[in-house]
Amino acid sequence: MITNGISIDTKNLRKVYLRGSEEIPAVNGVSLRIHKGDFVSIIGPSGSGKTTLINLLGCLDNPTSGELYLDGRSIFGTGKRLSERELTRIRRETFGYIFQNFYLIPTLTVMENVMLPLTFYCKPDVENEAAKLLKLLGMDQRKDHLPAQISGGEMQRVAIARALVNRPEILLADEPTGNLDSKRSAEIVQVLEELNRDLGLTVIMVTHNQELAQYADRMLEVKDGQIYQVEGQAEA
Amino acid sequence: MITNLQVAYKNLLRKKIRTLLTLVGIILSSWVLVSLLGFNHGYETSLNRDIDNMGFQLMIMAKGCPYEAATLMLKGGTGLKYMKESTLDDVAKEPEVDKTTPILMGAVFDPNKGESGGVAAYFGIEPKSFSTMKPFLKFRQGGWFTDQKAYEAVMGYEAAELEQREIGDMILMPEKNVQFKVVGILARTGTQDDGTIFIPLKTAQKIFKKQDEITTIGIKVKKGADSKRLEEKMYQLPDVQIVSLAQVKDTIMKLISTAKVMVLSIAAIAVLIAMVGVINTILTSVWERFQEIGILKTIGAMPWDIFKLIWTETLILCAAGGILGIILALILARITDIVIRIFLPYAPEGGLVVIDLRLGLITLAGILGIGLISGIYPAWKAGKIRPLEAIRGEAGR
Repeated sequence: MITNGISIDTKNLRKVYLRGSEEIPAVNGVSLRIHKGDFVSIIGPSGSGKTTLINLLGCLDNPTSGELYLDGRSIFGTGKRLSERELTRIRRETFGYIFQNFYLIPTLTVMENVMLPLTFYCKPDVENEAAKLLKLLGMDQRKDHLPAQISGGEMQRVAIARALVNRPEILLADEPTGNLDSKRSAEIVQVLEELNRDLGLTVIMVTHNQELAQYADRMLEVKDGQIYQVEGQAEA
Repeated sequence: MITNLQVAYKNLLRKKIRTLLTLVGIILSSWVLVSLLGFNHGYETSLNRDIDNMGFQLMIMAKGCPYEAATLMLKGGTGLKYMKESTLDDVAKEPEVDKTTPILMGAVFDPNKGESGGVAAYFGIEPKSFSTMKPFLKFRQGGWFTDQKAYEAVMGYEAAELEQREIGDMILMPEKNVQFKVVGILARTGTQDDGTIFIPLKTAQKIFKKQDEITTIGIKVKKGADSKRLEEKMYQLPDVQIVSLAQVKDTIMKLISTAKVMVLSIAAIAVLIAMVGVINTILTSVWERFQEIGILKTIGAMPWDIFKLIWTETLILCAAGGILGIILALILARITDIVIRIFLPYAPEGGLVVIDLRLGLITLAGILGIGLISGIYPAWKAGKIRPLEAIRGEAGR
């Protein structure tokens, strides 16, 4: 597959769960393309399959069938299944993840939380990189605080800094504002928008909030495991 | 840069009470282990020193005669057997013999001793030969007798302390009603000499009416000489028994070894319990951090990274517990000593529990080794956590 600025490409991606003998398709034949530098939001009601979709795109889950390419490299194809080790390598080199629940380590300071991914694979100038990101996200004054000493919005900023410290190409955000009030939610999505605009980061955000989804260049609506409606620059 | 060690250490601080309790378990087992190993080491060293401090490697005495002051007292001063002083010359002729010294033990009943009276032991000796055999004997006050027939006494450190005697004081030998002038008080030796009263041999023979008789001959064997052969030759002498101090040591060590096996088994059980405690604590903390560990894997941690992190936590616990346990053992060595003495049938003078750097390091290495083994299962379990299951909160336990 030859790519020209295509970051993620999927073909007829399916993920089926079994409940007894009954098959429940969480993602049911999704084919989409996400270009480098895109800001894509995925919306849909609870249980529509949006989280399953973002997990498949972020290599956190294996599809039941279909194909997935990252930068033209086949990750999941017909009968292809990567080992957990290979998936970990792809995840840490390509993706940054943020979640609704932040998942910061409570005993580590803001700065230490941001540096944490880099303890697993040596990179030079770790502190400088972490400090730069915290400054970018307006958290440099709070770098020595523990997570319990900062607000929810600030925690999510720290989680974003942590997700970016390994310089990923794609940032995946699963309901990043789910635990925040509307003001902080808007602030966080604005941060994502800035990162997309200023750093050229590809951002894929799952949300059930239509208003926040509007910040993205493209909006994909997932219903019953399928992409129903695409707003913005259509290519799916 | 934040290191694996820092992250592991901070993780342990999350549940302080639980970490502390686990730590206490490790400290206690490390304490028991190092104390018991220290006991093995210390007991043998003390026993060797005790026996070396007797100054002679062989003792010859009349058949059936008790050879220790303690036994003499236990038997109420009875059972003493005597041999001719001339035996000394026969013994001295042997080429293996370096030095000899004659001793006449005497025991009298002292009604003032203890609540209902007790036996006091007197050793009639020749200072010249006796002191060359025991060069470690030092005087706290005074010196040896002025004359072989004088009514003078040299008191062991504890004997003098017990009766509050100074040099120049007169002491009365009960039963015989003879007075002695204290001319010397020995410094503490840590041997049974501390509790003994020494009087000149000739005087002792006169008082106990044993002219030309003695109870014991102490023999120092020449360096490099075959003491076994000498022992066999001594058995040729009529009506004597030979006590080889090496034999005495062997007998005592055999008696003690049964007790040692038991205490070491107890130590092994204590260590096992601590090990199970460590596994339980770390495993619980892994399950509590199930999601967090999954997230660590999404941000780039390989299974081996997680394994290392959890393993490091176990190692920190075991290293801290091991070191604190060893320190505790060092601080409490004296108390352990006292407790062990209560339970032992015979304990030599000096430190029974001797903990040195080598022993400390061996124990620490042992505890760390056990820690490494204990950490394998929880660390392996944690390394296997799949990020997606963790995010969904499906603990695959």
